[in-house]
Amino acid sequence: MNIKRSGGIAAIALVGAIALASCAANEGGGTEAPSDLSGTLVGAGSSAVGAAQETWIAEFQTANPEVTITYDPAGSGAGRETFLAGGSDFAGTDRAFKDEELAAGGFASCAADSGIVQLPLYISPIAVIFNVEGVDTLNLDADTIAGIFAGTITNWTDEAITSQNEGVELPDLAITPVHRSDDSGTTENFTDYLAQAAPEVWTYEADGVWPISSGEAAQGTSGVVDAVTNGTGTIGYADASRAGGLGTVAVLIGEDYVPYSAEAAAAVVDASPFVEGRPEFDLSLELDRTPDSEAYPIVLVAYLVGCETYLDAAQAELVKAYFTYMASPEGQAAASEGAGSAPISDALFERVTAAIEVIG
Amino acid sequence: MTTSATTGIANSLTTGRLPKWAPWGLLAGSWAVAAVIVALTQAAGEPADFNIVAAIFFGTILFDIAIVVLSALIEGSRQARDRLVTSLVVTAFVVALLPLVSLLFTVVVNGLARFDLEFFSSSMRNVVGEGGGGLHAIMGTLLITGMAAIISIPVGLLTAIYLVEYGRGRLAAAITFFVDVMTGIPSIVAGLFAFALFALLFDDPGIRFGFGGSVALSLLMIPVVVRSSEEMLKIVPNELREASYALGVPKWLTIVKVVIPTAIAGIATGVTLSISRVIGETAPLLIVAGFTTSMNYDLFAGRMMTLPVFVYNQYANPGTDVQVYLDRAWTGALTLILIVMALNLIARLVAKIFSPKLGR
Amino acid sequence: MTTVRTIKAKQRPGDRVFSASTTIAGCIILAALAAVAVFLLAESVPAVVSGPDELRDGADTFWAYVAPLAFGTLWAALIALVIAFPISIGIALFISHYAPRRIAQGLGYIVDLLAAVPSVVFGLWGIKVLAPLVTPFYQELTTNLGWIPLFSPPASGTGRTVLTVGIVLAVMIIPIITAISREIFLQTPVLHEEAALALGATRWEMISMAVIPFARPGIISAAMLGLGRALGETMVVAMVLSPAVVISFVLTGSSNPATIAGNIALNFPDAYGVQVNALIASGLVLFVITLVINSVARIVVNRRKAFSGAN
Repeated sequence: MNIKRSGGIAAIALVGAIALASCAANEGGGTEAPSDLSGTLVGAGSSAVGAAQETWIAEFQTANPEVTITYDPAGSGAGRETFLAGGSDFAGTDRAFKDEELAAGGFASCAADSGIVQLPLYISPIAVIFNVEGVDTLNLDADTIAGIFAGTITNWTDEAITSQNEGVELPDLAITPVHRSDDSGTTENFTDYLAQAAPEVWTYEADGVWPISSGEAAQGTSGVVDAVTNGTGTIGYADASRAGGLGTVAVLIGEDYVPYSAEAAAAVVDASPFVEGRPEFDLSLELDRTPDSEAYPIVLVAYLVGCETYLDAAQAELVKAYFTYMASPEGQAAASEGAGSAPISDALFERVTAAIEVIG
Repeated sequence: MTTSATTGIANSLTTGRLPKWAPWGLLAGSWAVAAVIVALTQAAGEPADFNIVAAIFFGTILFDIAIVVLSALIEGSRQARDRLVTSLVVTAFVVALLPLVSLLFTVVVNGLARFDLEFFSSSMRNVVGEGGGGLHAIMGTLLITGMAAIISIPVGLLTAIYLVEYGRGRLAAAITFFVDVMTGIPSIVAGLFAFALFALLFDDPGIRFGFGGSVALSLLMIPVVVRSSEEMLKIVPNELREASYALGVPKWLTIVKVVIPTAIAGIATGVTLSISRVIGETAPLLIVAGFTTSMNYDLFAGRMMTLPVFVYNQYANPGTDVQVYLDRAWTGALTLILIVMALNLIARLVAKIFSPKLGR
Repeated sequence: MTTVRTIKAKQRPGDRVFSASTTIAGCIILAALAAVAVFLLAESVPAVVSGPDELRDGADTFWAYVAPLAFGTLWAALIALVIAFPISIGIALFISHYAPRRIAQGLGYIVDLLAAVPSVVFGLWGIKVLAPLVTPFYQELTTNLGWIPLFSPPASGTGRTVLTVGIVLAVMIIPIITAISREIFLQTPVLHEEAALALGATRWEMISMAVIPFARPGIISAAMLGLGRALGETMVVAMVLSPAVVISFVLTGSSNPATIAGNIALNFPDAYGVQVNALIASGLVLFVITLVINSVARIVVNRRKAFSGAN
């Protein structure tokens, strides 16, 4: 009797499992094959590129139904290590491979004497966000931002802030700066900006880990946005696409205060020189955070990294097609819409296109 | 369980007892008093700020004190202590219910937004922004956790039997000790270990597959199964075993037919707990099972998505339309809870079917 | 039992197969653990011998790096256990001895539900619901009770303190401790309970004299399982805590000691080189911490072995 009863339960469970296991409604289909590309591409790396990759992958797979691309948003360090060990076909990373890492070589997916292609395909402005009731924008110079995050400016009514924001009613409230608690490219780029633009106040080097014990810490962009939103008198930094309804800071560049925008972010990348001594398909940038023109200096640039020569020619063809798509105006526009990144400029597009040509 | 008061000189069975309605009346009174006090202290502020949580909290404390004092005056110190413990126990229960209710409320309210057919019939392949679902993650979670259970439950249960019924001497001591140690493996280390193990075994530095996730989860699950089953087997009275031996039943049959059925309710609880413990793990699965937006039914090849990774990723790396991603995250969380609830029910059913129809 | 038996029972094939398979299962665990230990040790060595410049957080040696983390791990888990233990025992007693039998089952099911909630969800709940809720309380605490070192000002502006994490962890381990203690309370010999009641004991006296002594080893085991979970919990700590490199007992401030597991989760994705080794080595330290705590608990339990049925 018991066996019968449990048999019945098992049957129900089985039917349920089969029903559940039937293919997902949005998969399969695709009777016509508009492209002859097929295969599987694996990428891993920065979680900052995660949302953009999702968009790119969706568009690319729609155009090439026989191709499956996966991207593990496991983190830049993990992405670089995986690519180095040959565990992925391409990597997404918040910083390019350094000279010594390139010299050490040993990229397992690449042919023996192959170099690696590093392309700055994801440019995203980092917004300085704050939560002060009734205030939507603030004008601040680099020294003031550095002072707030270093913990030397502790109240919203501080002379340094009010003098730059006449007519804005700031409350007598303690400032709670919020930084990332995890090791991240966003922090590295933000501290790099502070170190370059306010060297007298911010005496620490650029680092992915927040260098001092001051203020609050929160995990990931989502954590920082949550902490700033839920706190009072909070200020933090996060990917601009996530600024939402929070107040944002316009940064003093030369004589003007520049709010974040995609164009202004792309402008600072254009104004920056490439790292010297690299082959022409390695477009690593030496970001210049102190431009004198209309540019927004707090940007995160993520690189897509692939081999110059792959061991497997079929993979090379896939990578090439995918990289070409990502760099294309359509690809950049899709990422801009899906992930809020800044499209690369035409000048950079030409350099990137030339670099992708070498993949083989 | 009526206990008669025998304190004092009066010999009647009803003297020195608080009337039955006294605790309830006292509780209502305390809450009312606390509500008034809270309202008064907050009178300066907005009336909308009335803090019902604080009122109930302080009211309950007031009740605890009042009932003890009253009981001590009327019923004597032994009854007062009993009242104290009763009210503390009930308070503990209410206190524990508050976060549970708050949590379930949050998950259900937020999760219902996307709790629709599409969520359960589609994956995230080629989905950007709205739509999409978690079918791939649901399948992945069921397969990976199921495999982990298939590995862990026999190993864990047999080990517990060994420890309680057979194990004497050094080996048993070592196993006991090391099972304790195993409870201290941080989940992420289990993931790293499984990854390193399979990368070595298959000589593939980028290996990601569902079975690896099952192995990592098993490492976390086994100690919970062993420890809880061990406790349950231990409290099976020796008289039962001896009675069975006296009837000439072999030891192994005694264990299978007498000891395990007696303890089955506890064992089932322990096993369910262990599944609950691992089904929500994120970090190890991200490392070894990977991340994908497509369906995958094969535990032994290819990346596999799981619900916790899905939830975490939707929360941590959203695109521009954050709310859509958050809705999916909450629905994923709700689904996960429902799955474990179902498992819980099955475990109870199993316990009911197999446990002896006697006793409590 | 077998030790006192003088007449040797006939060894049946079933017996042999069964006892052998249980032994093998035990040995599988030992082998798996040995493999994990070898892996951890091998990966840890580069970190322990590394120089001052290679580690994060400005630590000169690995031990200076791991000390605040070890402290934070213990501190957060201790807070969680202090909150969770009495409440769990209370709930377990309520379900086993106070609530009417019919309600008790349903209540037990509700508490088990809590164990079912995945840690990511606890994290989300901690950030989105609990932290904003407790922030004003923390502000009150620091202004009114700031003279107690635990609450020394300034208060956190976002509520992401070690106390909040402790509360979330407590909520997570309550069902574990409750579920096991409840099962054990229910196994108390009814005769003992009835004897106590018959002698005129109040319900509490019955529980303290008959139930608790019987269940004590099991309760300690349950608490250790809960503590193990709290010590190793990764996601909640990573998501909710506002960590810093400090050793501080302050419960309500912005700079809280990070925990080992949380630190691994936060820094592993972007770590490379020796940093990865340092993170794994810190995992090994967590391992050792759990080991020590568990050993102590075992010793305590073994002192009261007399109540175990299988002895």
